[in-house]
Amino acid sequence: MRSKHPLAIRWCHWVNFPLLALMIWSGLWIYWANDVYRLGIGGFTLFRFFPEGFYRTFGVGHQLARGMAWHFFFMWFFAINGTAYVAYTILSGEWRYLVPNRHSFREAVLVTLHDLGLATLTPPPDPPSPTGRGVRGEGGKLNGAQQIAYTGVILMGFGSLATGLAIYKPTQFAWLASLLGGYMAARFEHFLLALGYVLFFLIHIAQVIRAGWNNFRGMVSGYELVSSEEGAHE
Amino acid sequence: MSEEKKQPETASGPAALAAGLPVTTEPAVSTVKAPAETATGEAVQVRDSSAGGTSYGPEPTDVGPPALPAATDISVPDDRELEAWNEQVRRRMRQKSRRSFLGWGAGLVAGTAAFRWLTTRRAVDGVPWPLRKTLEVNEQLARDYFSTRRPSPSFNPDQVGADRVNGDIGLDEDVDVATWKLEVQGLGSQDEPLMLGLDAIEKLPRTRMTTEFKCIEGWSVVVDWAGARFTDFMKAYPPEMRSGDGFSLDHPEDLPPYVSMATPDGGYYVGLDMESMLHPQTLLCYERNGARLSEEHGAPLRLVIPVKYGVKNIKRIGSIRYSTLRPADYWAERGYDWYVGL
Repeated sequence: MRSKHPLAIRWCHWVNFPLLALMIWSGLWIYWANDVYRLGIGGFTLFRFFPEGFYRTFGVGHQLARGMAWHFFFMWFFAINGTAYVAYTILSGEWRYLVPNRHSFREAVLVTLHDLGLATLTPPPDPPSPTGRGVRGEGGKLNGAQQIAYTGVILMGFGSLATGLAIYKPTQFAWLASLLGGYMAARFEHFLLALGYVLFFLIHIAQVIRAGWNNFRGMVSGYELVSSEEGAHE
Repeated sequence: MSEEKKQPETASGPAALAAGLPVTTEPAVSTVKAPAETATGEAVQVRDSSAGGTSYGPEPTDVGPPALPAATDISVPDDRELEAWNEQVRRRMRQKSRRSFLGWGAGLVAGTAAFRWLTTRRAVDGVPWPLRKTLEVNEQLARDYFSTRRPSPSFNPDQVGADRVNGDIGLDEDVDVATWKLEVQGLGSQDEPLMLGLDAIEKLPRTRMTTEFKCIEGWSVVVDWAGARFTDFMKAYPPEMRSGDGFSLDHPEDLPPYVSMATPDGGYYVGLDMESMLHPQTLLCYERNGARLSEEHGAPLRLVIPVKYGVKNIKRIGSIRYSTLRPADYWAERGYDWYVGL
């Protein structure tokens, strides 16, 4: 039995889940009022964001005012929770497990190929590192693909705050809006990031199911069971 | 994202021992690597690897099996001892898990209750009051940060976008530009309303600008506007100052804090904060994209205020009133933020 995730990280993780869901949900209500994005070339549209059936099924339409009221309420909690998470990982040193290092990218490719069933080789364990920095054998927390994904999603969170602020106050923060390519570009980026979270969520859930109960329980209770063999290497 | 996780296997038993794999006893709070040589015969260890140094783990004394040999004893435990030891660890884990799941379950119930509470509160202008209050707090923060020295980005007049018409509330009747009058209230010079013709506005300094008009729905379009700055209008038709002193733009805090505008039929009305009205890009417009305003775009006179969403850019102004009270606003009464500042 080994401690895996500190309480602060688990807390931020589980609080973020409903918050982000509410932000995406209220964001959909806002987006509906000007649903111009699509996947396609020229006059050809492969997929429209979003089809009428989607709006009807989920009751998205005609709720712009409500969407804005919710969005501008929950944004504070989303921002505070995300900032608290980053502050904790920095102050506690947990960032060492999360931020990718020079091994991460090579390992991420191997992990991805393995998970897609394209490589018969299992990713080799990391060599012991004197710094202990993000190395899987050290604490056994995260592999390279996880480091990239979990650091990336945090950067996406800050991207959402930045693009969100640029849309929210495009005159008072005109410098930010122009940095992001203008008001319209910022809105599009904000939307893309929201799509990104949905994609992240789907992969994340699939991987959590694959990883199994011990791993999931680790994110709830903070502890996981390890064999003495694994534990002894530490 | 996943690697093949070790199953919740506890001890690998004789195999591990046969391979000479050591097992360690170390304090639960230690983050020091155990030297591989310090084999003590313990099959499973408890340690806290949280780098913050906070231990959520059990006390070290909780961990040891009852009859563990002394640390100096390097005798190998038999299978029965190992199994007893593993069972103890599994029991501890179950206990921890149960507590955690109950804790998070309670959190879920509390969160759902809080959400239900939030969304079922009495509505103030179409929004549950905690959300309405939050919109107002956001407004206060935005007004603190607001500066009339930050302009909305300007464009070249050749960048104007395609014509787009949206909103005809308060424009039901036809307008006769020749007989149209603007009613001005709250003046410092007189108590009764002043009636102005369009020529009075056209006599004021003409200001032209090309800015991005932003609709609250999420679209925007670049438009070339011409008209009179609202500050120039104020200089010509000054409001009554709160202190009763003579009009001056040098003391904005002494100006009436709000301005209200409505269509001639009163069907559409907006409330505006004075800081936004003092912004140099706030215009009373009579020209759009180089031509007289068309009726659908608000002839003969409309407000253009790039520091606000389109909903505040009222068409066909019938009356302007300087106000000490926060004026009613058509869309704010229908669930939107009153301020909608950009």
